[in-house]
Amino acid sequence: MLEFLQHLFGEHNILVYIIMTLPPLVFMIVFALAAVLLERKVSAHMQDRLGPMRVGYHGLIQTVADILKLLQKEIITPATADKKLYILAPFVVFIGSFGAYACIPFSSQYIGSAISLGLFFIIAISSLAPVGLMMAGWGSDNKYSLYGAIRSVAQIVSYEIPTVLVILTIVVLIGSINLQDIVKAQSGWFWNWYIFGGPGGWGKVITIPFIGIAFLIYIIASLAETNRTPFDIPEAESELVAGYHTEYSGMMFAFFFLSEYANMFAVSAIAAALFFGGWQSPFGDAIPFLNNPWMQVFWFVFKGLVFIFLQMWLRWTLPRLRVDQLMYVCWKVLTPFAFIDLLIVGLYAVLR
Amino acid sequence: MPEIKTEELIVNMGPQHPSTHGVLRLEVKLNGEVVDDVIPHLGYLHRCFEKHAEQMTYPQVIPYVDRIDYVAAMNNEFGYVLACEKLMGIQVPERVEYIRVIMAELQRIASHLVAIGTYGNDIGAFTPFLYYFRDREKILELFEITCGARLLYNYMWIGGLSHDIPHNFIEKTKQFTKYMRPMIKEVNDLLCYNKIFVERTANIGILPADVAINAGASGPTLRGSGVNFDLRKDDPYSIYDRFNFKVCVGDGEMGTVGDCWDRNMVRCNEMVEALNIIDQAVEQIPDGDIASAIPKRIKPPVGEIYFRTETPKGELGYYIISDGSQNPFRVKVRPPTFCNLSLVPAISRGYMLADLVAILGSVDIVLGEVDR
Repeated sequence: MLEFLQHLFGEHNILVYIIMTLPPLVFMIVFALAAVLLERKVSAHMQDRLGPMRVGYHGLIQTVADILKLLQKEIITPATADKKLYILAPFVVFIGSFGAYACIPFSSQYIGSAISLGLFFIIAISSLAPVGLMMAGWGSDNKYSLYGAIRSVAQIVSYEIPTVLVILTIVVLIGSINLQDIVKAQSGWFWNWYIFGGPGGWGKVITIPFIGIAFLIYIIASLAETNRTPFDIPEAESELVAGYHTEYSGMMFAFFFLSEYANMFAVSAIAAALFFGGWQSPFGDAIPFLNNPWMQVFWFVFKGLVFIFLQMWLRWTLPRLRVDQLMYVCWKVLTPFAFIDLLIVGLYAVLR
Repeated sequence: MPEIKTEELIVNMGPQHPSTHGVLRLEVKLNGEVVDDVIPHLGYLHRCFEKHAEQMTYPQVIPYVDRIDYVAAMNNEFGYVLACEKLMGIQVPERVEYIRVIMAELQRIASHLVAIGTYGNDIGAFTPFLYYFRDREKILELFEITCGARLLYNYMWIGGLSHDIPHNFIEKTKQFTKYMRPMIKEVNDLLCYNKIFVERTANIGILPADVAINAGASGPTLRGSGVNFDLRKDDPYSIYDRFNFKVCVGDGEMGTVGDCWDRNMVRCNEMVEALNIIDQAVEQIPDGDIASAIPKRIKPPVGEIYFRTETPKGELGYYIISDGSQNPFRVKVRPPTFCNLSLVPAISRGYMLADLVAILGSVDIVLGEVDR
């Protein structure tokens, strides 16, 4: 897509870059609208309810109505708040989650920025979010917000370590941290996906259990990274009311919400790209129609949505952990296992 | 390097807070995440019940009694009418006694469903809460076909009942008990034996038996600490001595005796026992007139009485003084959750903020009853 646009507008035309950023932004907004509705419908049907039913067929445009409501609401700034931090915080959080979309490959023909340090960039830019959360918590001048922010920052920073170790496990097998390369390496039938050991001969069978463990660790850690139940203690409703966004209203609140759902898809997309072949069709090139660039977008979003559903399923089933138990899970369970996993898979990668 | 100056953070939980179960205000002194001290501030729902009761005739007090513990209105009425009947020396017909026991036990299940459901909600599991409300709805339907009301019934009258049970009530109750038993197991599997739930509640907020007795705790809060005390067995009223049921006590299955998990599990087990009582009562219920003992004029003789019953929350006592007129001279209520709530500061010191929510949920307070 980049070559096509450069051909159309000239190599260094600013329009090229603006158009390149549009698809993820549009996708993110549409996805957030759909995911909020999906969340409400999924939770409703798990809880013997129907969920939104009034606005549109089965409540299909409920979230559009919600956004319209939020747009009209007054943005309230507490009198004692630190105004600059308070107003800036939602945008910093949003930049953190939107920035990650730059290196997510939606299709073989589209990736926002094909830099060779893709995964590294995603991890780095995601770390901007805790800064925004801390700004929100401190700027609100609210004790609940402050507690939520401190918990959230501690949690996200801690859980980055097992996440990165697990990502490295796949990276040592491929030898590249460009997500587009990682996905391309898994071409062919679905048994070439890394959850099934990746491409290669029968020797890959040894790695399957270790990659399975890595996948489990990634799923658990990604739940914590996105503040989802059972790790949603930063916004634990029964303790901290709403955590760091207690004081926010209107579109400022919507921005936190938007970036939360954007983050959910970002971690799901990385899981899909690393373990489930990204935009690859499960049938490879055997059915060429299913592997054209447009269908690749479908496969990628579909795989992401499966993980989104998994996150929602867990959220509406499990209770919440306590803050010290959360840290216990991270430092004493996930990190050692992820580290041992990395060593074993790394050894295999060297010896094969 | 100079020592960093630290100080306690005082957080006001409530009166508007999702997990204070109403309008309770907790002044929490926090040292980081650890609770140093808790000071409950009461009175946000004080409605002058006791003063109101002095201005009313005896039957007019019953609707007010409903509103003391609004999730267990039948049990509140039960205690009040029994106290008045004992004061007046009224013997009610057998059928009335049975209907009252069935209603009280159904209400006990409904109240425990709310208690466990909201407890799950406090811990962070929202789904079991709605499953429990689905089952509670079936009990409310039974009440609705009987007296028309779903929350505040004014059903038990002094000397009788406002309505007889409808013709299909017994059959529907049998269907309900048959439906309910597997449902209790289902939600127990989903919530009470969930690993995260156990981690959050076992060994948290341990209430030793002697502390509980000294503070005057009662109901599941006391029994969770392993004390076998149930007024239905130990001071039988109405016809509870005819039924075969067991008193559930906490046994420290997941942690220490008297922790939050035990208190919650006592409620789960009590629901099964209540179903046993209902099953026995619907088999034995005789025919008869439910209004034959309702007196024309309610004027108790001069005297005073303290009558206590076992509500879902614990020992609910009415102390009534009669001066021989139509209005009671004094009605004093001994609410169980008021005493249970007084234990919260003692058992929550040194635990974390999240544990405080778990402890508060496990003593199952209803602010209508605490403040009256």
